[in-house]
Parts: sequence; structure tokens; C-alpha cells
Amino acid sequence: MSAATHLVGYDDAMAAFDPVFGIEVHVELNTKTKMFCGCENTFGNEPNTQVCPVCLGLPGSMPVTNEKAVESAIRLGLALGCSIRESSRFARKNYFYPDLAKDYQISQYDEPTCYEGELEVVLDDGTVVMIGIERAHMEEDAGKNTHVGGTGGIQGASHSLVDYNRGGVPLVEIVTKPIEGMGERTAEVARAYVATIRDIVRALGISDGRMEQGRLRADVNLSLRAKAAPGEDQSAVPFGKRSETKNVNSLRAVERSIHYEAGRQAALLLAGEPVVQETRHWHEDTSSTTPGRSKEEAEDYRYFPEPDLLPVEPSREWVEQLRASIPEHPAKMRARLREEWGFSDLEMRDAVAADALTLIADTVAAGAAPQAARKWWMGELARTANEQDVELPELAVTPADIAQLQGLVDEGKINDKLARQVLEGVLAGEGSPADVVASRGLEVVSDDSALEAAVDEALAAQPDVLDKIREGKVQAAGAIVGAVMKATRGQADAGRVRAIILARAGVEG
Amino acid sequence: MTDWTRASALEMSAALRAGTVTSVELVQAHLDRIAGVDGAVHAFLHVNTEDALAVAASVDADRAAGVDLPLLAGVPIAIKDILVTKGMPTTAGSKILEGWMPPYDATVTSKIRQARMPILGKTNMDEFAMGSSTEHSAYGPTHNPWDLDRIPGGSGGGSAASLAAWEAPLAIGSDTGGSIRQPAAVTGTVGVKPTYGGVSRYGAIALASSLDQLGPCARTVADTAALHEVMGGHDVMDATSLDQPVPSCLDAARDGATNGLKGVRVGVVKELGGDGYQAGVKQRFEEALDHLRAAGAEIVEVSCPSFVYAMGAYYVILPSEASSNLAKFDSVRFGLRVERDTIEQTMGATRAEGFGDEVKRRLVLGTYALSAGYRDAYYGSAQKVRTLIQRDFVAAFEKADVLVSPTTPTTPFKLGERVDDPVAMYLNDIATIPANLAGIPGMSLPSGVAPEDGLPVGFQILAPAHEDARLYRIGAALEKALVAEWGGSLASMAPELEVTR
Amino acid sequence: MSHLSRADVARLAALARIDMNDADLDRLSGQIDAIVDAVALVSEVANQDVPATSHPIPMSNVHRVDEVRPSLAQADALAAAPEAEDGRFRVPRILGEEA
Repeated sequence: MSAATHLVGYDDAMAAFDPVFGIEVHVELNTKTKMFCGCENTFGNEPNTQVCPVCLGLPGSMPVTNEKAVESAIRLGLALGCSIRESSRFARKNYFYPDLAKDYQISQYDEPTCYEGELEVVLDDGTVVMIGIERAHMEEDAGKNTHVGGTGGIQGASHSLVDYNRGGVPLVEIVTKPIEGMGERTAEVARAYVATIRDIVRALGISDGRMEQGRLRADVNLSLRAKAAPGEDQSAVPFGKRSETKNVNSLRAVERSIHYEAGRQAALLLAGEPVVQETRHWHEDTSSTTPGRSKEEAEDYRYFPEPDLLPVEPSREWVEQLRASIPEHPAKMRARLREEWGFSDLEMRDAVAADALTLIADTVAAGAAPQAARKWWMGELARTANEQDVELPELAVTPADIAQLQGLVDEGKINDKLARQVLEGVLAGEGSPADVVASRGLEVVSDDSALEAAVDEALAAQPDVLDKIREGKVQAAGAIVGAVMKATRGQADAGRVRAIILARAGVEG
Repeated sequence: MTDWTRASALEMSAALRAGTVTSVELVQAHLDRIAGVDGAVHAFLHVNTEDALAVAASVDADRAAGVDLPLLAGVPIAIKDILVTKGMPTTAGSKILEGWMPPYDATVTSKIRQARMPILGKTNMDEFAMGSSTEHSAYGPTHNPWDLDRIPGGSGGGSAASLAAWEAPLAIGSDTGGSIRQPAAVTGTVGVKPTYGGVSRYGAIALASSLDQLGPCARTVADTAALHEVMGGHDVMDATSLDQPVPSCLDAARDGATNGLKGVRVGVVKELGGDGYQAGVKQRFEEALDHLRAAGAEIVEVSCPSFVYAMGAYYVILPSEASSNLAKFDSVRFGLRVERDTIEQTMGATRAEGFGDEVKRRLVLGTYALSAGYRDAYYGSAQKVRTLIQRDFVAAFEKADVLVSPTTPTTPFKLGERVDDPVAMYLNDIATIPANLAGIPGMSLPSGVAPEDGLPVGFQILAPAHEDARLYRIGAALEKALVAEWGGSLASMAPELEVTR
Repeated sequence: MSHLSRADVARLAALARIDMNDADLDRLSGQIDAIVDAVALVSEVANQDVPATSHPIPMSNVHRVDEVRPSLAQADALAAAPEAEDGRFRVPRILGEEA
């Protein structure tokens, strides 16, 4: 039995070996159309309804590059600190596979658009790690195979069905340089790196970065090498054989796959067995990897420049224009906002986890106090999103609505209870908070004459109350307050009602 | 009674406008001719009878109603089967696409339809345009109307033969290394490969994307010019399409025929002649030079030393790009499927069954030229050769306004003679290949028949990129002189075909 | 330039996904090797310091505006398929795994 069946614990593996890793992240861009044709780039449609001669690879069809995808790729490259090549080009990567309509993928090979970058990754404890970026290049996605028969997997299937809706969706592939010297923090760094990429693509607005939907996908390479002897330079020790784990599609899986692979490789090495350089597949259910089918032949992709497309040569002016549009690094922005808003670590972390940072920032920008904005988004609205099973940004309410709502509360026009009703109305599509207040008639009654009339009416119904108050039983006023609130359907300011009652009784409130 | 099939396209256009003939009559005359002679010629893979007559009828109706119509409206045309046509089968001469009905039109197909030209049918070709004889068509060869035992050239032998056999006045071809010009030469017709990007390639089934160019075929220089203007122009669906106005080909042709060639420098390419060129081919070439001189041109000699590499570079680049372009014929979305247990086996069996030997040879060769370890020596070197050839052309065009040569080294050879000797077959294209490698425009027009065999000889004119109009000016001047000498067009001197019913 | 053997042709044919039996290899290997010989001259320029030309007419930055164009109807997309099922292209089982 192979040693691979006996895993070594992650900590032990890291104590025994020096890990080196690298990550390839594929980001699906949210352009309106596909990379090389005008088919709509949306998800969840009927199969083969977003296809045309180009993305179906029909004879005679030709690709034309989506300008917006080029712009998104350059902006992403700039956010990763990459240089933008003055002249880059597309290449064909040739291999036969049924989900690849043309049986070649248009990608970039020796001249990627973005190259040589460096990205700051901030770990949970504030440690900053610099990750070297080798390249970020444009390419097209493949279609989707569904395996029928057997267990639904590729093994044992009787046949497969192909849907090309996803074929030709624009991707940017980001490739790191080998990352060394992270030791036992390797898995944590890998996770934080992918999380940072996700935050950056969201901040850039070029992808929703949702890993569970496959919009952001990671392949993780890992190898182990011997630890340097004392006094020896670790970087002089040659790399070990690496595995490449595909389809690592959540942040947690990034971390876990490194744990698993480190343990598997360490077990092999400790048993004196070789690590095979190979592609492996991540299985979420078992938190383990299995080898891809070993190829009879090494892949030979026969890259050559795509003759149907021309070089991409962005002008310096355009690149500088795009550079000016690059948002702040997400980690730095968080630190700055936490400071500005006076949030606690926990409040900040919760807001980030709920994807509420931008919403809160926009609400603050629209005039609300930071804590008030946070309370709405992390309280009432988070609950609503949870009930509706949607993400916060998908709720039918804007940061401007929330700022207006809070403004109404601050002005005393509505109280907290009414504000929740107003919000209900906004979420139900009845308009802005002010519209809902008007249409539902929810404004707090602050007109003293109306309140006095209501109080007098209630006192007339319960004539003994004033005497009780004068006798010192001030709590007796509660019955009148309750009656007035009932009469005004909750729109009275209870404090004001109480003051009027006390004035009628001739006592100070 | 006029036999309208013997008229030029521009004569047909004039007659249609004058009301002396209807489009339906023109189309019917050509359909009858096809029915009469195509059994022997086999220029057509598909005859589009009903649709052609319907388009003709609608053009006639519009003309009667006084609608303003394009110049060639109502004039019928044949289309090489490499061009995708909605509602008409498109095979590219391959068994792997037998019966395929494309769900879309090529840009040039759309332009033909917008020009209101009835499409007579789809013409035969070497499979995926790989060949110089049409013998590599999966549907059997086309026969040269001058001698049915001889090749009509290729890959566009069907289009050229349809013109020479009076089955169509106009045809569309595609030229990757000479597939318009070489068939024109050996059938006594005219063909032009425009500047790369001058005509949209969208919907033309790709052979070698960086070499392919669609172009016009006809029996006269002016007809070719008129069709060039219909086909040309920028297309957003083809990124390599030139964003420039269509060249004024027809004006240039009229200019050349009317005003002669005073001040024009004509460069004879030293490397495209001499040894290996048939005596009668050389003789007709020299006579053509005399005509050009007489028309006022100055003849100079130029040298293009890198042309020695052209053949090798071409047969590296073409198979390399083709090996990728033809990967899509995988039995998944369209075309033939030879079902096996797995999709991998199915692809291998389908491609074995669906492709002919010439396609297989070139796909293997292209796969080799791009494979790890050989890419730099083959594909990389071939791309350097392109640069060297472009430099040769730049230098040559400093000394001359156009360059000329015989289009092919020989008159058409016999069917079957070279079919199993690919290298000998490839030598046919020796004079036409450099233009494709450099992207420049070229024309072949008839310069007579070789005395020794009575078969047509072609004269090639090359111009700098974007200067397509020059081809028409020089070509029209030469054609005028030759037709005057012959007392009629060369096509009209071909032996009459036996008409069967 | 290297000589292309029968085994090389068999390997390349597999890479090009074309089944070749012994008769095919007998017929085609020699011809393909002859072509390789004929094109070998290009390697003479391999070491020359000359830029490569991949596009005959130099152009750059030809891009498309990010605007939706109509797609094919599902029935038209599938019309030419050798086999279709549930709106998808049906293929025999897939052996390999790819990226």
C-alpha cells in the first residue's frame, strides 16, 4: 500500500519540509457580451441559447475582441501592480475536447497583456505578505459538459451533453510566481491571496468574484523541498515535484487543499517515494484530491499567434487613464475606513464578511452616520436578506434610501418603530422612504394642537387620571399615553404626549 | 436569338437596364447551360435553381417598378463552396461537411444578396482548398473546359471552369496560395486576389487565416473589377478587414483600356521565370511584355532573392494554421460523425473517414511544424521568411509600379498526373505564393495559348498592398491589346463543349 | 532538419486526432517526409536576426464595442448536430479530462 494513504499532519509536514506554492486564478469578467462575439454574457439560461456561429466554432466564423474585456484585464493588471505590455497578442492553445467549440482556446502565450506585478496581501493578524505576479492574461472560457448515466461523474457515464452558453465568456487568468518561505502559514497566505483577488475584482467592478458560482476559480500548485541545512540558503535548495490541484472553488477549499496536498506529499517523501508531477482534482465532499487521468502523452498545445486577431497595443494615455480609475487596495481601504468610522475589529470583520462595506460607505457618503449606516445594513437589512435568501446588495433598497431613512429618524419625523415600517414599504417597491412616509401616512404626529386635542379626549374618557397624577402617581399618565398612541395609530411622539398630560395636571415632567 | 451566356456581366447589366433581357431569362439560360454541360465539366456541387430564379424574378419586378438597383442586380453568379450560404449546402469539397446547411451567411454572401445577384450554385474545389487541381475534392474532380482530360486548376477549379464553360459570367473564389489565379490561368479566365483584408473573410471556411483572401473571378478584366467592388469593403465581423474604402477597380480598368500605360514601370521578377517554365508559357509572357511596352509602359527587371524560400515557408504556415482551423471538425456540433465508444475515438474515426489524403498530409505536417521542439525551426523560420519576402517586395516596388510573371510555370496538366506526388503538385503555385505571404494583391489574366499544346497561359500582375486598382489598370490595357490581336476574347476560342440534355 | 519516420507520422496523426491504420501510414508517411524535405530550406533562416511576420498587413487594436448581438435560436444551433438531447449536443462518453 502506498504511503499516500497515510497522511502526515499539516504541521508535521511543514516542520519537515519547505513548501513552495503558486496559484492560478481564473476570473470571469462581467462584460455584457462574450470575449470574441456579441452573445450575452449572463448565467442560468436555457442551454445553447447564448451561442452564435463564433462561439459555436462554426466553419467560417471569426472572433473579434471585446474592447471592454481588454479594458477590464488592463485595470486588473494595474491593480495587481503589473506592467502593461505595449504590444501583446492572442495565441491559440490547441487541444481536442468536446466543450471547446473550436478545439482550440484563444488565450495569450508568450506576450500576455499584463506581466510582472506584485500584490500586498494582509493576513488576519495584520501581517503583510508580498505575492509576486508573473502575468495576467486574457482568454475565453469553455462550454459545460454534463455527464449522463453512471454516477453523474465522468467515470462510468454512458454519454455526455454539451452546452456552449459559457463557451467564450471572457476570463483573466492571474498566475503567481512561486511563493516561497511561508512555512506553516502557506495555507493561510494562499487563502488570503485568493480572497484579496476576489476583493480586488469586486472593487474594480469587473466581476462579482463569486467562487461558489465558478466566477472565480483557483488552481493551486504545491511542492515540498528539503529544509536547508543550518547555514545553507533555503532558496538554493531545488524545488520538489509539484502537484496542481484544479477546481478549488472556495476560500476554505484553497486552505484545505494545501493542507491535504502537503500531508499527502510529505507522507510520500518521508516513505522515500517520489511525488508525481501531475494534475489533481479537489473534492469538496471528502476534502481530498485525486489524480487526474494520466496522459499517455505529455500535452503539446502547439501554441501559435492567433491569425484572426491583431495585437493589443494600448496607448500610454489610455493606460494612465485606467490607472487613475483603480480603486484603493481593499486591505488598505478597510484599515482606513475602520479608522474613519470608528468601528471595532469585530464590527469591521462582520461588515466585510457580509459584503456590506461598499453599502455602508455609500450610505455614509449619502449623509448617514457610520454607526447608523452599519446598524441598518448589519441589522434589519441583513435579517431581511437572510429571510429572502439573497445577498445584501441584491435587496431592493439603495444606500441613498437608507441615508434618507436615517435622516427622517434624526429629524424626529419618524421613530424607530415607524422607520421599520417605512423600510418595509421601500423593500416592497413603494418608492423612497419619504414617499412611503407620505403614502402610508406614517409621519410622527408632532403638531401640538392635534396632540393636545387627542390628550384632552383621552382625559375626558378617564377623568380620574389627572387627580392621580397630582397625587404623585405619575405612572398613571401611561394609560393616557397608550390611549393617545392608539388613537394616532402609533404616530405620536410618546415623550411629547406625556409632557402635555403632565402640563394638564399642572406638574413638571 | 442572343445566347446570353456568351455575354460579359457588364453587357448583361446594360441589357437588363435597357430592358432587352430579364434576369429570369439570364438565369434560365445559365441553368440550361449548366444542365447541358456540367455533367462533363462538374464545376458545380450544388445548383441553386429555385432560389436563383426567385431572386431573378424579384429583381425583374423591382426593375419594372422603377426601383433603383445596384449595377450587377439580376446578373447571375457562382460561389465557391468555401463560402458559407444560409439555406444552401456548404461542404468546402469535403465529405466531413456533406449535407451541412449553415445557419448563417458569410459577409460576402450577404453582399451578393444585397447586390441582388441570383446565386446559380456552389462550385467545386479541392477539399478545404488544399490543392491545385480540384482532384482533392471529395465529390470528384472538375474538368477543364479546354480539354476535359486536364485539370481546371485549384483549389477554385469549379469557379474558373464555370466561367470557361459559359455556365456563369461571374464567380467568387478564394486564394490562399494561388487558388484564384492559377485556375484562372489554366482556364483562360481572369481572377484577382485582393490585398489581404480587402474582402471580409467572415464566413469563408478558413484554410490558412493569415494567407486566405476571397476574390472575384470573371472572363474580362472589367467584369472582375465590377465584382471586386461588390465584394470588397470593411467588415466589423473580421478583425483583419481593412478599414478603408473599396478601391475604384472599374474606373481603373476603364482608365487602362482608354488611356494606355504611359509612365508605368512594369517589373519582371527574375526569379519567376526561366528554368522549369514551359516554352510556350515563356513565349506568351514575352509577347505580353511587348504589348505593355507598346501601350507606353517601361519594362524593368527586378530581383526577389528570398522567393527561393517562399515555397517552404508557405508549406509550413499553411499546414500549421490549417491544423488548428480544421480541428473544429470534431463530430460534435455539425458534420460527419463515425460513432465509437468514446468521444476521443469518435473524433479520430470521424476525421479519418471525413478527410481525404491531402488534408491528412497537411494536418500531420502542420501538427509537426507547431509541435514542441520543432516550432522555432519550422513555424518560426517561416514567419521570418515572410518578413524577408515583404522586404523583397518593398525593394522591387521601389523600381516598378507593378510586378509581372507567368501565373503558372506550365499549362494545365492531365488529371491524375500528379495526384500522388504532392511536391510536384505544389510547384504549380511557385509564382502565386509570394503575394499571399506578403498580403499584396495579384491578378491573372489570359495571355494566349501555348503553341505546343493549344492550352491557356496566364499572365500575373502584382501590386503593392492597397493598390489593387493598379492591377485593373494594367490588366485592362493588356487585355485590350490582346483581344485586338486575337479578334475576340480567349474564352471564345476554347473548343465547344458537347451539350447533352 | 530531421527525417520524419513512420512512427513520427503515427504520433502526429494521433495528436491531430486522425486515426491511421497500417495502410494509411504506408501510403502517407513517405509522401509527408518528402514534403518535409521540400520545405526544409526555411530552416536556413532560423538563426537570422529577422523579425517574424504573423499578419501580412500590420494593424492593431481592432476591437468590438461591448454590445449584445442576437444569438442563434437553440433549434438553429442544434440543427446540424449529429445528435442532440435536452437542448444540448450529445456526444459519446468522454475518456479524458482537461483544464
